[in-house]
Amino acid sequence: MQTRDEIRFLLNGRDVAVQAVGAGDTLLDFLRIDRRLTGTKEGCAEGDCGACTVLVGRLTPTGLRYEAVNACIRFLASLDGCHVVTVEYLQGPDGRLNPVQQAMVEHHGSQCGFCTPGFVMSLYALWMETARPTAQEVETAIQGNLCRCTGYAPIIRAALAINDYGSAGADHLARERASVTDRLMALRDGRRVSVSDGTSRAILPADVDDLAAVLAEAPGATIVAGATDVGLWVTKQLRDISPAVFIGQIDGLRKIDRRDDGVVLGAGVTYTDAQDIIAEDYPHLAAYWDRIAGWQVRNMGTIGGNIANGSPIGDTPPVLIALGATITLRRGGERRTLPLEAFFVDYGKQDRSAGEFVESVTVPRPRGGHHAAYKISKRRDEDISSVAAGFNIQVENGVIASARVAFGGMAATPKRAAAAEVALEGQPWGAPAFEAAARALTSDFTPLSDMRATSEYRMKVAQNLFRRFWLEQSGEDARLKSA
Amino acid sequence: MKQTVSIQGGVHTDLHHDSAIKHVTGAAEYCDDIAEPVDTLHAYLGTSKIAHARIKSIDLGAVRAAPGVVGVLTARDIPGVNDVSPTGRHDEPVFATDTIEFWGQPLFAVVAESRDIARRAAELAVVETEALAHETDVASAMDAGYPHVTDPLKLERGDVREGQKAPRRIKGQMRVGGQDHMYLEGHIAFAMPGEDEDVIVHSSTQHPSEAQHMVAHVLGVPSNAVVVNVRRMGGGFGGKESQMNLFCAVAALAAKTWNRAVKIRPDRDQDMESTGKRHDFLVDYDVAFDETGRIQAVEGQFAARCGWTSDLSGPVTDRALFHADNAYYYPHVRLTSRPMKTNTVSNTAFRGFGGPQGVIAAERMIEEIAYDLGRDPLEIRKANFYGIHGDVTPYHQTVEDNILPRLVEDLEQDCDYQARRAAVLAQNAKGGIIRKGLALTPVKFGISFTATWYNQAGSLVHIYNDGSIMLNHGGTEMGQGLNTKVAQVVADAFQVDFDRIKITRTTTEKVPNTSATAASSGTDLNGMAALNACDQIKARLVDWAVGRWNVTPDEVQFHPNQVNIGGEVIAFNDFIKMAYMARVQLWAAGFYKTPKIHWDREKGMGRPFYYFAYGAAAAEVSVDTLTGEYSVDRVDVLHDVGKSLNPVLDKGQVEGAFVQGMGWLTTEELWWDDAGRLRTHAPSTYKIPLASDVPREFNVNLADWSENRELTIKRSKAVGEPPFMLPICVFEALGMAVASVKDYAECPRLDAPATPERVLMAIERLRG
Repeated sequence: MQTRDEIRFLLNGRDVAVQAVGAGDTLLDFLRIDRRLTGTKEGCAEGDCGACTVLVGRLTPTGLRYEAVNACIRFLASLDGCHVVTVEYLQGPDGRLNPVQQAMVEHHGSQCGFCTPGFVMSLYALWMETARPTAQEVETAIQGNLCRCTGYAPIIRAALAINDYGSAGADHLARERASVTDRLMALRDGRRVSVSDGTSRAILPADVDDLAAVLAEAPGATIVAGATDVGLWVTKQLRDISPAVFIGQIDGLRKIDRRDDGVVLGAGVTYTDAQDIIAEDYPHLAAYWDRIAGWQVRNMGTIGGNIANGSPIGDTPPVLIALGATITLRRGGERRTLPLEAFFVDYGKQDRSAGEFVESVTVPRPRGGHHAAYKISKRRDEDISSVAAGFNIQVENGVIASARVAFGGMAATPKRAAAAEVALEGQPWGAPAFEAAARALTSDFTPLSDMRATSEYRMKVAQNLFRRFWLEQSGEDARLKSA
Repeated sequence: MKQTVSIQGGVHTDLHHDSAIKHVTGAAEYCDDIAEPVDTLHAYLGTSKIAHARIKSIDLGAVRAAPGVVGVLTARDIPGVNDVSPTGRHDEPVFATDTIEFWGQPLFAVVAESRDIARRAAELAVVETEALAHETDVASAMDAGYPHVTDPLKLERGDVREGQKAPRRIKGQMRVGGQDHMYLEGHIAFAMPGEDEDVIVHSSTQHPSEAQHMVAHVLGVPSNAVVVNVRRMGGGFGGKESQMNLFCAVAALAAKTWNRAVKIRPDRDQDMESTGKRHDFLVDYDVAFDETGRIQAVEGQFAARCGWTSDLSGPVTDRALFHADNAYYYPHVRLTSRPMKTNTVSNTAFRGFGGPQGVIAAERMIEEIAYDLGRDPLEIRKANFYGIHGDVTPYHQTVEDNILPRLVEDLEQDCDYQARRAAVLAQNAKGGIIRKGLALTPVKFGISFTATWYNQAGSLVHIYNDGSIMLNHGGTEMGQGLNTKVAQVVADAFQVDFDRIKITRTTTEKVPNTSATAASSGTDLNGMAALNACDQIKARLVDWAVGRWNVTPDEVQFHPNQVNIGGEVIAFNDFIKMAYMARVQLWAAGFYKTPKIHWDREKGMGRPFYYFAYGAAAAEVSVDTLTGEYSVDRVDVLHDVGKSLNPVLDKGQVEGAFVQGMGWLTTEELWWDDAGRLRTHAPSTYKIPLASDVPREFNVNLADWSENRELTIKRSKAVGEPPFMLPICVFEALGMAVASVKDYAECPRLDAPATPERVLMAIERLRG
């Protein structure tokens, strides 16, 4: 296969080609240090504050799509074939403020101003999708943006008023849509990209088969999908991830297939990509999905990555395990499929051999039953769960025929509550069964105490989730409207 | 000539933050955005990985040998004094020498060609230590006999023993957590060497003068060799009052050592591990009261986790005592502070400066009385307000400007408190899973630095001969809109449009010996200093015009953008040009010192505060009794800023302070592991409020009828800190929802922060 030795993308409408790219080079450093585009700020370097928010435009099956992402954990190599838009590009050729900027000024949305460019970019992405958002949509769009000065109220007021200052259709990014699409299409040459800064290497396979080939050659390579976890290995742990194999740009891994037996999500499908189809099949996951990290991270992070990194506190494994999801791994031309829960062997240990990669996740078709998904965290949004849980209870003739209940945050891996499931199955559909399951939970788990929660709280709240589940199923008001 | 009706951007008008357009376009320059000279070097701190230990050896061989490293700096490389203690106690080494006092303590700095190289090289140090027992918690530090980091304070009035003979008496204990500042822009300093001993330091500090003095102290040079510049900060909140000293000193030392520009910018984790935060407090209280709920005596001990050095812990713990009365008259009172040393980062200033911890203790005592008597806490509050039975504080200052009765009454009516309380009680009586709470709490906050000499300020105002004006003052801009407000004062003084005034960076070259921009005092002090400069220039202009036009001084009037001299109207620009040609001095240095204040700390008596700012807020919350999760459904605020210089900016301060204070009391939790390491050291683990945490209905109003009875700048009041304490109403409303599970028979005694876990555990405790 022909290999290209430079990455090519558009930056604020201009062509960029870079050869010296290291595996761990971030977009933020490239913008601030190499290009002196200092409007994009570093607040945390871990994708949790949003001061570095920029837009990345990429070609999708439905056309060019701009998404807000965190430049601090976005690797430069992953931008091949994209259009990066920073705050410096918003004013347009005539120098007038963009309507988002104008609204922020008029509504006093900045105080110290350091978080402001990031907010402007998130709101810009929202406005392009939704001209007149609701307050709730605004809050969801800025979940990944911290402001320490304003208390957010003026920012929300500004966000609700953006369209008063102009229409998104007249914005220059919208007007350039066709030409940018053409230019991005022209960047696609179907080649493998392999770049290096002399000490580390980043490889962008051309397609899924090429990925299999690359990993066969370099089985110890770091697979990077959305980089929302691997990004922190670099920015926080200073780890060397070379050679890094990037998979986010592989169309074959971004496919969502609806089949008879369920929905097959390619390993590179982001949370955002999957949101609609998941919520369509499983409406109880719609609100839960919005509580996975912040918008920028949902636009980058993948379900495949959330599973493959093996974290005991990932948001999707507990709810997917409860639904009976399966995972397909591939090495070379060989594939194997296993129940998701079987993938998690122990803390930091997954059933994945060297050179093998997660290719897809299959979420089975809904077959009725009673479902719920719960996330308990210190802060409602953009937090890691203390406890997360998925409930999937099938009832036949008033008796619990099957129970799949899985928890995150309760053990070294995402795990089914086996004893609680046993306590439920075969019992009449009613409060006593759930009380018994709650009691049985103590033999399933011995949770840890850490900065997120104590062992006692985790157990108590996990037990109470069985009570909440029953109360909700029986029509009681057992949850905050916002939870 | 048609006369303009009024100037654009005068006092008492809504005006945008002067940098708003630069903020939204990304053009506002922060320290890390300054263009770097060729060959700029980058420094990074190497810090301790143990909480308390004797240092046996530090081997920096591998650090020095790393490619791209230019050198390292340790205590031995400091030509002056290895100390950056802000109060002159000489207890805060830049780099540890023989003992490590907390996890994250700076041991050395590595200087390299890039920040990434420096940061990676810092990890290569080999530090051999002999571990010592460590205490991170204030209670365990007291048990272990740890010392105070500075002298405790005692405030006493009346006869506590006598007061404690009252019919009812409750003793309790409350833990109040600390708080990280989580300014979005972290610590940073950027030093450029000059000739002789000179060095210029760009930084993000609230206290350029102190940073200047500390750099001089560390370099062993006079202060006149050091310039510190601050254009703006990306947030400060007290976290950049003293904590930037170390970074400025290291950058300057490196710049002079290698004769190259040097920048130092810690990663967020190092910023949070190695710089100070709000003090955690453990409060023991003992309140005696009568059957009507009137307080007779209060005894309180306020122990604080101060960390390894004194830093500002003395004045912070003092201010906790100054506010342990909040709005209430204590006939007999004895309050003591215990500023405890702990093996943690040295805690420092944070919006409110100890005051919030005092206020929340006062409100806890009110709650205790209310639950004990089965009454609405608001009734107990009103019964104890200053002015009913007495108006002398525990520090013997008389409260002369109390407007709380009216303010609370207004809020109570406006937010329909009584009907909503009845509805909440009725809702809870149904016994559902979701319980409600409602609380209305007041704030009284003393304005002035308790270090009396800090209450001075300077300014420098130039009018150039084209009529444009340059404004400089000693305050620093961190988002609060200080520059905007002071420029409004100048615009008003000369009656010129705001846009004519150029706001310039704060620099120790223009105004010396400035105080920190802190204690909410920025506008009070610098606004008056600027006005003083304007008045000097105006006096010279009037004096000249009187002679030139042969009129009386009264006949020289500054009208919008023009001057009327005995009926002759001259455009401001022309007037200034004429004055220049006539050799009138068109610039002045202004000065101000706050009158009336004095404080005798030994006696615990005086008038530490020029005046008080007031406010009140009511919060309604919902609590999930299965998980402890909650939502803040509605908040109503009525806050006193006197006669506001800029109502929209002041309202922004109130809204922002409220949400920040809510974070302190709800989701922001600092958590140390058994090894003494702070594990909540980045936004991934330390959770400040997000947009979705803002009260679902959030009504914020200024008490527009209020005017400062003291002669402050245009009768306004300070606004930075007082509203930070308003969200105590959220905390207390959560307590009410918790208490409902036991039919309010017991004070819920929540500790702060009221995380979902603490809320659920309190519910479980009450349920028995």
